[in-house]
Amino acid sequence: MTDLSMPSDTPEPVEKTHNQWWDVWDQFRSHKGAMAGLIFLAFITLFCAIGPWLWDVDPGKLDIRNKDVRPIYVAIWDGEAKTSWARPMGTDHLGRDIMSNIMQGGRISLAVGWTAMILAILIGTFVGVISGYFKRLDWALMRFTDLVLSLPILPLLLVMMLLFRDPLRAAFGPETGIFILIVAGIGITSWMQTARIVRGDVMALKEREFVLAARSIGTPPRRMITRHILPNVLSPIMVSATLGLATAIITESALSFLGLGFPSDFPTWGKILFDSVDRMTAFPERVLWPGLAISLTVLAVNYIGDGLRDALDPRIRGL
Amino acid sequence: MLTYTIRRLLLSIPTLIFIAFVIFMLLELAPGDPMSQMPLTIPPEVKEKMRLALGLGEPWWVRFPLWLKQFFIVEPQYWIDSAFGTNFADGAQRIISFQSRSPVFDTIAERIPQTLWVVGMSYVVGVAIALPIGIISAYKQYSVFDQAGTFVSMIGFSVPPFFSGVLVIVIFSVNLGWLPSIYDTTHEVVDWDTFKFQMQQMIMPVMVLALQTTAQVSRYMRASMLDNLGQDYVRTARAKGMTESVVVMRHVLRNSMIPVVTVIALGIPSIFGGAIITEQVFKVNGLGQLLIIALQGSDIPMVMTITFLLAVLIVLMNLIADILYGVLDPRIRYD
Amino acid sequence: MKLKTALMGAVATALLAPMALADAHEGERGRDGEVKIIYWQAVSIMNPFLSGGTKDIEAASLVLEPLARYDETGMMVPYLATEIPTVGNGGVSADLTSITWSINPDVLWSDGSAVTARDVQFTYEYCTAEGGGCAQGAKFSNVESVEIVDDKTVTVNFTGPAPNPYQAFVGHESPILQAAQFADCLGPRAPECTDANFMPIGTGPFVVTDFRVNDVVQFEANENYRDPNKPAFASVTFKGGGDATAAGRSVMETGEFDYAWNMQLAPDVIASMAEGGMGVPVSAFGTLVERIEMNLTDPSASQPEGVRSTVAAPHPFLSDARVREALSISIDRDLLVEVGYGQAGRATCNLVPAPALYASENTACLTQDMDRANALLDEAGFMMGGDGVRVNADGVRLSVLYQTSTNAVRQDFQALIKEWWEAIGVETELRNIDAGVFFGGDPGSPDTFQRFYADVEMYANNFPGTDPQAYLGAYLCENIPSPDTQWQGENINRFCDPAYDALWAELAATADLAERGRIGIMLNDMMTKESNVIVPLVDRGRVSAHSTTLGGVILNTWDSELWNVADWYRTGDNR
Repeated sequence: MTDLSMPSDTPEPVEKTHNQWWDVWDQFRSHKGAMAGLIFLAFITLFCAIGPWLWDVDPGKLDIRNKDVRPIYVAIWDGEAKTSWARPMGTDHLGRDIMSNIMQGGRISLAVGWTAMILAILIGTFVGVISGYFKRLDWALMRFTDLVLSLPILPLLLVMMLLFRDPLRAAFGPETGIFILIVAGIGITSWMQTARIVRGDVMALKEREFVLAARSIGTPPRRMITRHILPNVLSPIMVSATLGLATAIITESALSFLGLGFPSDFPTWGKILFDSVDRMTAFPERVLWPGLAISLTVLAVNYIGDGLRDALDPRIRGL
Repeated sequence: MLTYTIRRLLLSIPTLIFIAFVIFMLLELAPGDPMSQMPLTIPPEVKEKMRLALGLGEPWWVRFPLWLKQFFIVEPQYWIDSAFGTNFADGAQRIISFQSRSPVFDTIAERIPQTLWVVGMSYVVGVAIALPIGIISAYKQYSVFDQAGTFVSMIGFSVPPFFSGVLVIVIFSVNLGWLPSIYDTTHEVVDWDTFKFQMQQMIMPVMVLALQTTAQVSRYMRASMLDNLGQDYVRTARAKGMTESVVVMRHVLRNSMIPVVTVIALGIPSIFGGAIITEQVFKVNGLGQLLIIALQGSDIPMVMTITFLLAVLIVLMNLIADILYGVLDPRIRYD
Repeated sequence: MKLKTALMGAVATALLAPMALADAHEGERGRDGEVKIIYWQAVSIMNPFLSGGTKDIEAASLVLEPLARYDETGMMVPYLATEIPTVGNGGVSADLTSITWSINPDVLWSDGSAVTARDVQFTYEYCTAEGGGCAQGAKFSNVESVEIVDDKTVTVNFTGPAPNPYQAFVGHESPILQAAQFADCLGPRAPECTDANFMPIGTGPFVVTDFRVNDVVQFEANENYRDPNKPAFASVTFKGGGDATAAGRSVMETGEFDYAWNMQLAPDVIASMAEGGMGVPVSAFGTLVERIEMNLTDPSASQPEGVRSTVAAPHPFLSDARVREALSISIDRDLLVEVGYGQAGRATCNLVPAPALYASENTACLTQDMDRANALLDEAGFMMGGDGVRVNADGVRLSVLYQTSTNAVRQDFQALIKEWWEAIGVETELRNIDAGVFFGGDPGSPDTFQRFYADVEMYANNFPGTDPQAYLGAYLCENIPSPDTQWQGENINRFCDPAYDALWAELAATADLAERGRIGIMLNDMMTKESNVIVPLVDRGRVSAHSTTLGGVILNTWDSELWNVADWYRTGDNR
């Protein structure tokens, strides 16, 4: 016979208020790839942001007498290679220090890459969600997307340069002016794919039962989009973001090849890579370092995106 | 669905005319002059006469309707004439390129074979490789296959073709001497040896291009599959006793295809105008190279015609993608 | 025994000797198979009169020939004509108003018909027809008429005395067209003759068999070519596209092609490709000079449109000759050559470096002299400011916008020159512009080299043939580009000196060669040594590459590079 005990008088310990975001962080941390990516991204950002203060060699300074210096690790297998501890990564054909060019180039490439990518994602997601959710606006927005997709990029960028280069240069100075111009140029020509993909997913999501349920309790469209639709289209947005970063960095180098990018005394990773392709067999390190910098940054962002997506998905978190 | 399709097709026509107008005005506004390719030793008066001979003396509201008329009326008349031996065109002037003074459509037709052989084939190969990679990567998430696939596709995507193309040329053409570095557009395939040579000259550009496509499509496939593999209906299907292959390939795959279909459909127009750098690196001389040469030389009729054809493809592909959404997910409604 | 051996040896030597002497120069036509040429700009059209582009004209030179052309030393040699007419042999009239050419009776068109004076007359009509937009119109600008004297003799009459009567029908830019083929193609009908434009009938060593626009042209040997043993090659594949590096690689590293045109690459890149041993770069000098042009007017954005970069607004500091000189002598031209061109370049201070007759003794600028540059700027009143930029008493800062076209070597030059100028206190901003925009004449674009919305700009220019009169005539007062002329005009520096105009008019009226040389040198010095309005940097030679198995190549900068393709042959055992 069990004794029906009375509820005890000692109060139950109250559970601490649980911050959802700590859970997300915990889940993120358990994703090894994402953590590696985060550490690398932090490293490369610090390398490029703070590096120039610690390693204060002027990236633009020419030094013809010390041109074509090889990086120091080449001395390991080639005793007679021209190397110098003062130039750990070597110098280019005009004697400019490669390491400071990678740092300076990284500042510009990362800044352009992130800003252009965020701009493209914002525009693309906005157009995609509005178009997928509101049927009345769908046709017009999608035809506008078709229009922008059809425009040839080179004349479009030439027209933008023609119209905006001088006013921007006068208002913000040469470097910032051209930075804004390039970021805008890349941003407004790369949002279309994201918009179409997001729209497709939104159209599919809209017909799901939970959306129907939310609508039946009177959820206004604004909250519907932010609380229900957006979190579920995060996957393709993350992929777009990763691919968008790589595309932005590489497009910037293609632009400078056409004379539409930064002036030639502003190094960027893509430009260093492009300029070094001609001498690739003799000096492979000049393509290796910028190429590796771009690839590993993209890889890191990709893993972070993977980790974020897993962390934000409540099903994986085990709830 | 049928009424929707017909309505979209009919509405495409004014859309395309509007797009053609915007492209034309953009080209008008853009700086650049067909005479920039002429040597500086030609005096300005001669250059001016050359411009007039090209028809640039007329204002834009004369030239744009002229182009429209030539594109929609005169050119089809020529095609019908050459196919059936009639004489509808009766000597009307076709769209003439500034650089070569020859009909634009003849040049475009010349380029189609190598464009389809190289760029088209690379697209097919890229998609064919990407889909299984995406599916398996999602199914075995975080396995060695997944990590390797991610690594290779990210490196492949972030390495630009002006570098990867030159790298493979240096390795396979210069150092090993296995493959030719310059594409021979006049090569005709008549027997096994010529076919082998065609494969040899195609393999490098196809691989370089396919890597870009594979990276994109496989990432979207994987992400979409991961979203769907965690859904409740998958658990239900397994509980019902269905085999893994049926669960994954019949249920999950179909629901994951929407973003993938978008990317594939959007990528098809890029076959015809997007592989500019790779075409230049390997001298494939397809439509991408034609477009960039025309752009750099400000050859307006050529640029206008090619970009308009691309616009038609884009509008068409988007329509097909939208129809496919409806097929893949019957809940999506347009009407 | 010894005698027998000796006899055998003698017989063997006698048999071998002719084989050793028999070189690949001689032999029947078409014995060496195919030759492959690659130009990194693809051919668009085979008619030099409808396109001024070098690639088109040089491809056409395989088929079309002029009455006479220039060889590699700049001397004229007759091609379709029997000899070069001069005043001495009576070919040129004593008052210089007409020139009479005799056509070689052995020359046939590739379809077997004879070349007649009518063809020459027709070519003149073709290029001067209204609405034709002939790219070589300048060559016929002083021609009044072309008369047929008889079947093989033609006389060209000029509007006035022409000291240089060898412009029309001389050189690769003005070959003879077949009247029969182009009969229906005059004036506005020129573009309609696509077959004629793509496959012209000519007298050259090859005929076109297949033409793909902006891609590849295929030729085969001309059956009716005047020398029965030439060309040694039976067919030519002329591919276009890609860039200079890939073209050089295909000749010097993979051996897929035999000849690559215009290797505009840095010297170390060319040298490393040549190490493979499959091909050699060849270079020759002509009249191409890379130079910096000074803007004598104010391009600043603070000037209103319509005044900006016009003579109404003189430049705040470049109007001062001392500043210009300082900018010129702070440049180390030898280093520029070493970095950018290697053997294919020579430092120069002359606008007209060749022919020798017109080349001035002008070497003062070749030595970099930073001390003198600093002294000149001090003298001009510009003192070094706290930020390293010179400024004068009125607050005018020495700040220069330096523009050029997009090109790796030019960007290297910009980097080097910027360093030197900043060392003397001149702040320099660099800009590079797409070549299609920079060299186009679009009146609406602010980036064309004529509009010159910058303080200095750098590019290269040359003149065809051996006479610089038209070239030096660019700097007359009447040729200044302005909003009234739609920004067309060759006097981009906005230089105006009545003494220069008068001297040039004297040149135009002088026939004696030595006199012409003297005046030409004076004009050159006025623009360079005395005023530094034009700052020449490098006398750029042409560099091309050919396979080590290709013989007979003589690089010619005065005419088409392919001028002697009939004489090319395959060397060594790969026949």
